[in-house]
Amino acid sequence: MTAADNGHGKQAMPVSLSPSSLPQAGERDAVSLREFQDQALLQLSGVGKHFGGLAALSEVSLHIRRGEIYGLIGPNGAGKTTLFNVITGLYQLDEGALTFDGVAYVHCKPHVLAEAGIARTFQNIRLFANMSALENIMVGRHVRTRTGIWGALSRNAAACAEERAIAQRARELLRYVGIDRPHQTLAKHLSYGEQRRLEIARALATEPALLALDEPAAGMNATETESLKSLLQAIRASGITVLLIEHDVKLIMGLCDRVAVLDYGKKIAEGIPEEVRRNPAVIAAYLGGEAA
Amino acid sequence: MKFNQKSKLLLTALAFALLLLPFATDALFGRGWVRIADFALLYIMLALGLNIVVGYAGLLDLGYIAFFAVGAYNYALLSSPQFGLHWPAWAVLPLGALLACCFGVLLGAPTLRLRGDYLAIVTLGFGEIIRIFLNNLNAPVNITNGPQGISMIDPVRVGGFSLGATQEIFGISLPSVHLYYYLFLLFTLLVVCVSRRLEDSRIGRAWMAIREDEVAAEAMGINTRDIKLLAFAMGATFGGLSGGLFAGLQGFISPESFGLMESIMILCMVVLGGMGNIAGVVLGGVLLALLPEAFRHGAGPVQQALFGKALVDPESLRMLLFGLALIAVMLLRPAGLWPSSVRRRELEADDGVAQQEQETVYDRSR
Repeated sequence: MTAADNGHGKQAMPVSLSPSSLPQAGERDAVSLREFQDQALLQLSGVGKHFGGLAALSEVSLHIRRGEIYGLIGPNGAGKTTLFNVITGLYQLDEGALTFDGVAYVHCKPHVLAEAGIARTFQNIRLFANMSALENIMVGRHVRTRTGIWGALSRNAAACAEERAIAQRARELLRYVGIDRPHQTLAKHLSYGEQRRLEIARALATEPALLALDEPAAGMNATETESLKSLLQAIRASGITVLLIEHDVKLIMGLCDRVAVLDYGKKIAEGIPEEVRRNPAVIAAYLGGEAA
Repeated sequence: MKFNQKSKLLLTALAFALLLLPFATDALFGRGWVRIADFALLYIMLALGLNIVVGYAGLLDLGYIAFFAVGAYNYALLSSPQFGLHWPAWAVLPLGALLACCFGVLLGAPTLRLRGDYLAIVTLGFGEIIRIFLNNLNAPVNITNGPQGISMIDPVRVGGFSLGATQEIFGISLPSVHLYYYLFLLFTLLVVCVSRRLEDSRIGRAWMAIREDEVAAEAMGINTRDIKLLAFAMGATFGGLSGGLFAGLQGFISPESFGLMESIMILCMVVLGGMGNIAGVVLGGVLLALLPEAFRHGAGPVQQALFGKALVDPESLRMLLFGLALIAVMLLRPAGLWPSSVRRRELEADDGVAQQEQETVYDRSR
């Protein structure tokens, strides 16, 4: 029995993941809802990032629409993770502009972007290893909760209620990503696949509008990848936009609505997966030289 | 928090033991040991304060004694003949804590980008700067009296009730050291309580997240700058509070009491007792406050009995034995004498998990 078969596919899902910014379907008529969805949630224009003389990114422009799963692929060293770090504020961009949800963010710290609604996972899992699985997710609630030092010390009614809500939400999310373990299990004692999913749960706890996943399927076997796929689909269905870096071409092709390809820090192709797969520039980038 | 019958009983017994301790110590070992118990309580407060910075937030601070000094000098300057000021303790003690808190932020702010070794070096420098300032602020305007220190500091006094003299309460005669013991016990309990509540809160989790992985913490929306400053400020507050109490008890302070060795001693209490675990830190504080004294008093007589004369100066033997004890503890119990339950689980569970992980891998590949 693995976590894979207590399944995310058949989610009863008591959990609503919708960020509050998303309009409810009932509130708007169908046409304007589609317009709303067509707006770019994240817009990058002419983004450049240099490390010394090395241009890790140059002139990258892309826009991610609300509610889609957007794939980012490219050979090793193409600048995918750099782009991720720029989007989530770990790196400051040298050129260009980043607009998220209609607001331009210039030289913002990661926590500002997290508050704005961008949550991420890391290529090399970066959980809080010596904290329990539940606590890891509870940390994710930090940005959406407010208890300060006085609340913590006085433990007044508001602080206690918030603390209970945090724990409650964390338990829901733990179940949602299918981690079936005692809540006190330390993060570092979870299996590899569980750690990957715990990272997603932690990111979801921040109530993101955009969930950015850096190679979530790396090192997973076929069963785990399949369960990850249904998890991502469930997340998208709940209204969260997903940005995905992945090497697993099958996963990308089966999951993404649109795909962008990076090579040497430049965007060489963008479009629906079928087109991108046939794009000669992409084939050349992957197979090398003049192969196309 | 719920207590079952057994732990209730245990807690009551502990409370009685703590209340009767000064009388028992006085009767068994003499008054000097009650004073040592007072100092042990001060050290516990300091260790718990440093535990917030080092144990929770994972910021290695080697200059922590500076905040103790700030609190002590604040008390000494405001209630001693130095400036002819005799402010009441209930005003001076909170002021000292507040002042130390400000210093915590002041010293914390420039170190925000530093981690690990570099942070340790810078904080060590700050600790020394404060001490050297205190040492040299006697010219051109005499503020701190320089290396001679400040003497004749008022004892802690509340209204007309002075802790500096023997007092009769309910027919029981309580000497000054006893009175200070109860005052310190009260403040120690307060500090323990505050630590506990902080540990298990949104703020406490944010500190631990920073300790575990600062980049991930920031990506999860934690404003690491503010949260780290908060840790420095909270730790410094406890330091300032115990500094004021120290000045009141001692009646005399000089920069000598605030050297690097003291910072290291407090850090040892935290690390040795069990970083991040309140009970462990308290244990570390008690042991490290008592052991050197026990060696000091015990080394002479024991040598007399064994060799007929004192071969080694008890004072130097004391530090030697102390160092050996530290090394032994670190080798035998690397997570501290009383590690937090999480750490203990880490150490115990490793085998089980390795096996489980193996099984999982097999399960999945089938």
